[in-house]
Amino acid sequence: MVTPSQPELAPVAPTTPPAEPSPLGDQRSGRLGERLFTLVCLLSLALPLLLLALLFGQTLADALPRLDWAFLTSFPSSRPEAAGILPALAGSAVLMVLTAAIAIPLGVGAALWLEEYARPSRFTAFVELNISNLAGVPSIIYGLLGLELFVRALSLGRSLLAGAATLALLVLPMVILSSREALRAVPLSVREACFALGADRWQGLRRVVLPMAAPGMLTGIILALARAVGETAPLVTIGAVAYVNFVPSSVLDEFTALPIQIFSWVSRPQLAFRANASAGIVVLLAFMLALNAAAIWLRARLQRRIDW
Amino acid sequence: MYAENTAEPPRAKLRTEGLRAWFGHTEALRGVTLRLPERQVTAIIGPSGCGKSTFIRCLNRMHEVVPGARLEGRVTLDGQDVYAPQINPARLRRRVGMVFQKANPFPTMSIRDNVLAGLKLNRMRIEDPEVIVERALRQAALWDEVKDELDRSGVHLSGGQQQRLCIARCLALEPEVLLMDEPCSALDPIATAKVEELIRDLSERYTVVLVTHNMQQAARVADYTAFFYMGELVEYAPTDELFTHPEDRRTEDYITGRFG
Repeated sequence: MVTPSQPELAPVAPTTPPAEPSPLGDQRSGRLGERLFTLVCLLSLALPLLLLALLFGQTLADALPRLDWAFLTSFPSSRPEAAGILPALAGSAVLMVLTAAIAIPLGVGAALWLEEYARPSRFTAFVELNISNLAGVPSIIYGLLGLELFVRALSLGRSLLAGAATLALLVLPMVILSSREALRAVPLSVREACFALGADRWQGLRRVVLPMAAPGMLTGIILALARAVGETAPLVTIGAVAYVNFVPSSVLDEFTALPIQIFSWVSRPQLAFRANASAGIVVLLAFMLALNAAAIWLRARLQRRIDW
Repeated sequence: MYAENTAEPPRAKLRTEGLRAWFGHTEALRGVTLRLPERQVTAIIGPSGCGKSTFIRCLNRMHEVVPGARLEGRVTLDGQDVYAPQINPARLRRRVGMVFQKANPFPTMSIRDNVLAGLKLNRMRIEDPEVIVERALRQAALWDEVKDELDRSGVHLSGGQQQRLCIARCLALEPEVLLMDEPCSALDPIATAKVEELIRDLSERYTVVLVTHNMQQAARVADYTAFFYMGELVEYAPTDELFTHPEDRRTEDYITGRFG
């Protein structure tokens, strides 16, 4: 190749002798086009990053005066400077754990059945189509379902459990789809090796296939949970309350969550509450970042054991 | 059908009678009757798509794992029909081990756990893992190369070492028959030579069935050779005989390189 190792910004001087004719055609114009394209791609990356940075910078600036230990450990109050986020933080954390406890076994189980046990049929095609469609249903619809099913029919009330069950329904399609993807990535040769060693399907799944699929499954699951933590609409629909002045002690307690607390502060007329909302947003972002970091760390750990 | 005048081989470990196999509507085997002699290496040669892999996959009931696969005819191991309803295919596969074309060690497991994988997958009690691991790795001629890194993952090994690890994984289950599906096709000549030498050694204790598209390999390691063509067994004879005096025109054409 004749491409220079360093891209030159200045056009090639006309005095330089033309490069020997290339079978690939005029490479210089190709390079110019390529540079332009690279620039466009770079811009389309830079623009959203810039906007995001501005947004985050503004939020952080608003939030900083309010962000302290007291904010994290106080209960909501009608005086903005005394209000804290403890019940919302605790609510979100418990909500996430409960959602995970419901969605992971159901989602992974469904994926295992669809991918490993079910023989392709009209029924499985129908189920698969519906799972893909469910992943695109607006979250408020899940809220309505949760309200009818969990809050009223199963009379769980406006409890943490009802909220978690609703959020679990919401993220279930994502968990199933990403788990299936991860299972499908395990090569056939490895599954055949299990059979050839005299393993039954379950043993092969448990000892070989699942450990290999785990990192991929985990990534999908944590992304789904991060989405659940940020959801507001379904929780509002099932009636999570904004003003909660206790930390939940049972899964049947009423609750609030970070996005709901933020929403209620934003909708207050006093400016001082806006600063609280900003601080709440920063806490929520930190919460989700921590979740994502945990996902990356776990995946790296699992993958180190695999090392393709 | 093999020619009547070939010398009668020793006791048959495995026999097939009129074995036919399909994938969907495609008939891959068209009635194969063959006896595989005990503690001998039998090579199965033939051009791609002649059914040689399908044939050995019928012997340990791996054929039926593929969706849409079907089979007719009889396969007997020590005279017992392996497709009889009371036979558990998992049990059968412990007695009839299989090594695949592409080495497929379990990537999540250490070398040690790979060797023990068959026992663990079968929920067998492992009395003395160290002894089992060393014996299997020694039999697979891999012990000296990996004895200091048994806790490392097997995927760091070279292709030839990985294939011998897969052989060790089979041997740890103490099978009676070893089916090998082109075990050297992804290996370089030196690694191939090692595996071939290993196959010779293994035939003292195990009945080996070796699928290969490499005729020199068949000539080097096999006691008996069967030539398959278009899903049929064309000729079966002691290796020397088949390569020097082929009975069938198609065999002769194939081994002299006129097609295939």
